[in-house]
Amino acid sequence: MKYVDEYRDPAIARALVAEIAHRVTQPWVLMEICGGQTHTLMRYGIDDLLPKGVELVHGPGCPVCVTPLEAIDAALDLASRPDVTFVSYGDMLRVPGSRTDLFHIKAAGGDVRVVYSPMEALKIARSDPGRKVIFFGIGFETTAPAHALAVRQARKEGLQNFFMLVSHVLVPPAIRLLLESPQNRVQGFIAPGHVCTIVGYADYEELCRQYHVPIVIGGFEPTDLLDAIRMLITQLEEGRAQLENQYARALGSAGNRAAQNVVQEVFEVCDRKWRGIGAIPRSGLRLRQEYATFDAEKVFGLEGASVEEPRECISALVLQGLRKPVDCPAFGTTCTPEKPLGAPMVSTEGACAAYHQYRRHTRAS
Amino acid sequence: MADYAKSLTLNCPAPLPAGERVLLGHGSGGKLSADLIAKVFVQAFHNPVLDRLDDQAIVSVNGTRLAFTTDSFVVKPLFFPGGDIGSLAVHGTVNDLAMGGARPLFLSTAFIIEEGLPLETLRRVVVSLQAAAAAAGIEIVTGDTKVVEQGSGDELFINTTGIGLVPQDLRLSADQARLGDKILLSGPIGDHGIAILAQRAGLEFESTIVSDSASLYPLVKVMLDTGAAIRCMRDPTRGGVSSALNEIAAQSNVGMALDEQQIPIHEEVKGACEMLGLDPLYVANEGKMIAIVEGKHADRLLSAMRSHVLGRDARIIGTVTDQHPRTVVMRTAFGTTRIVDMLSGDQLPRIC
Amino acid sequence: MCLAVPGKVLSAEDVNGSRVARVQFGGITRIVCLDLVPEAEVDDYVLVHVGYAISRIDQKEAEETYEALQTMGKLAEEGLAEEGADEVRR
Repeated sequence: MKYVDEYRDPAIARALVAEIAHRVTQPWVLMEICGGQTHTLMRYGIDDLLPKGVELVHGPGCPVCVTPLEAIDAALDLASRPDVTFVSYGDMLRVPGSRTDLFHIKAAGGDVRVVYSPMEALKIARSDPGRKVIFFGIGFETTAPAHALAVRQARKEGLQNFFMLVSHVLVPPAIRLLLESPQNRVQGFIAPGHVCTIVGYADYEELCRQYHVPIVIGGFEPTDLLDAIRMLITQLEEGRAQLENQYARALGSAGNRAAQNVVQEVFEVCDRKWRGIGAIPRSGLRLRQEYATFDAEKVFGLEGASVEEPRECISALVLQGLRKPVDCPAFGTTCTPEKPLGAPMVSTEGACAAYHQYRRHTRAS
Repeated sequence: MADYAKSLTLNCPAPLPAGERVLLGHGSGGKLSADLIAKVFVQAFHNPVLDRLDDQAIVSVNGTRLAFTTDSFVVKPLFFPGGDIGSLAVHGTVNDLAMGGARPLFLSTAFIIEEGLPLETLRRVVVSLQAAAAAAGIEIVTGDTKVVEQGSGDELFINTTGIGLVPQDLRLSADQARLGDKILLSGPIGDHGIAILAQRAGLEFESTIVSDSASLYPLVKVMLDTGAAIRCMRDPTRGGVSSALNEIAAQSNVGMALDEQQIPIHEEVKGACEMLGLDPLYVANEGKMIAIVEGKHADRLLSAMRSHVLGRDARIIGTVTDQHPRTVVMRTAFGTTRIVDMLSGDQLPRIC
Repeated sequence: MCLAVPGKVLSAEDVNGSRVARVQFGGITRIVCLDLVPEAEVDDYVLVHVGYAISRIDQKEAEETYEALQTMGKLAEEGLAEEGADEVRR
């Protein structure tokens, strides 16, 4: 596959690893922000290739993991209603709420459907005007434009039975929180490449400036990540703290203006609670008042209740990169993909699940 | 209801809490299925033949060794590129017999039909079923028909039960894999699962991917005729290559080391998996098989497989090891390793 | 997060005021909405996330970077080959 296979070339990977090893003179702690990047690192065993001094900690870039418990519970509530068709990406189906999850709701008779694209949710709404079709709009900045277009399209067509349960989160506020923490050990970041194709450089340039940390916008294939790591190590060894773009084939400094515009038109920034971390001001998106008739929270009168996570789950610390999944006493024992205590073990992008699925044998040795 | 029935089958990894319900994941071929089988069925039925948990039961009747197996078919949509529920019902059961080294002889077919199914649809399925049976050299000798009320069934379910003859000297079983054995795969993976997914509402895409649904006995015959010391054969259906290998690793209490670069996959299947975020190792196959064979016979067996159309792309994909017992580990193109884990339920398409 | 896959635009047309394309990913084809990347043309490669193109691949940039990486890769292989030869000599 073009623009995929080239970035999985073992010879190039070896060369990049050699380059990294060549440059490293002291230990460094790096963080890859995006769950998709974590997935690649685990799946290709990249931590095994890196020289001992380079430590990777995994960031909170898994929208599935950080979707607040309240939003999951709201989804479960809506999905249980007999007149509702609840439509979601596959990722969300297994995420545990306070008492249950979407799969169990389905088993109990709920009309829960998985789609690849919000376009399919619109199709479902069109084909069945008698049902209330609610789409679970989760994700980071990457997915918000698609959701904005879907809502706009619904309005254009005058669809009366299409709604969105929105729980979008924004990356920079979470990174800021991390950088502000006195326990932060991260010295360089790999920024999420697909988020940046939408938003461009601006947010991350700001973070570089304010916190004097190097940031490299990285892609998602193994040599992309190795290249981004190489660029970060080079900056750190040279004492620089700049924004660089490893993923230049996919984005430029401005990002995607058309996408930014449609997001601005349909959504507005709001405070958002991150599961496992807590409330972060101005870190989420919600539908604007003009689109209130499509807002599932408003239309269905959902109260925001506050919910506690099981105490054993240290996802807050894992999501902030302060602990590795293997540091958690529950990892692989009381917390497994079959019996997850927290979201990072459920989502395939969650650090805990990725570790457990691909790399738990390294812990044993 | 019909549209709903056609949308993506969901499978769930959540555990089996006491007193709770059966979930779709319990039918996915992964950890949940294994759990249900162990805790509900084996616990109740428990006997030496069943406990081996092979794809077929090999029983001895007056000195004749018979293989006996049953399988139910609930595929949606009923008709897909490369097959339909009828041909699948034959291939699935014939293959389960063949994996025990058995020559398939007779099949029964039981139909559970939802009230209102067009007769034309039923006829189409039956014609296809008979064609598949004839091609496999077997006869449908008995059957059953039930009709359930509209809304209680999902258009059509078929169960087939098969009997075959096992050569006297053959001792194949999932608990036979040993250190040094080689793992062979008969061809590219993921065709069937992706061909089905392409038809599913909510995920539709255009492809020329065709299910690989086929009767594997002719290939098995060629393999048995080599005299190679085959330990075990499995067709990786639901749960894919991963489930099949993990099951054998568990039954034999061995580890397995795979080489990612040896695993063949069609470009289109790869494209679909990339788009949906799926790992082909977990995608169903209906015309492929895995064989575990004594190391020194591997090349001989491979040549024989490649001489047959059903095995022309066969590869040696790994080795049985005493490292990491009961775990399947794969060497990536980068020389690093990753676990090929058994999933709890089925894979879901993802956006993350 | 954000699984986005590069695909080739095979054809594009306007449907109900939206720009929609057939995009090919390693042999399979899907309908993709181009409204976020209106400048995409047939034969371009776009990154597709949840059925929407989110950016256009800069093919020239990709080629240049790839060539640089390949050169790095070849040099590394030669370096290793020399080391290997040294080992043998010893």
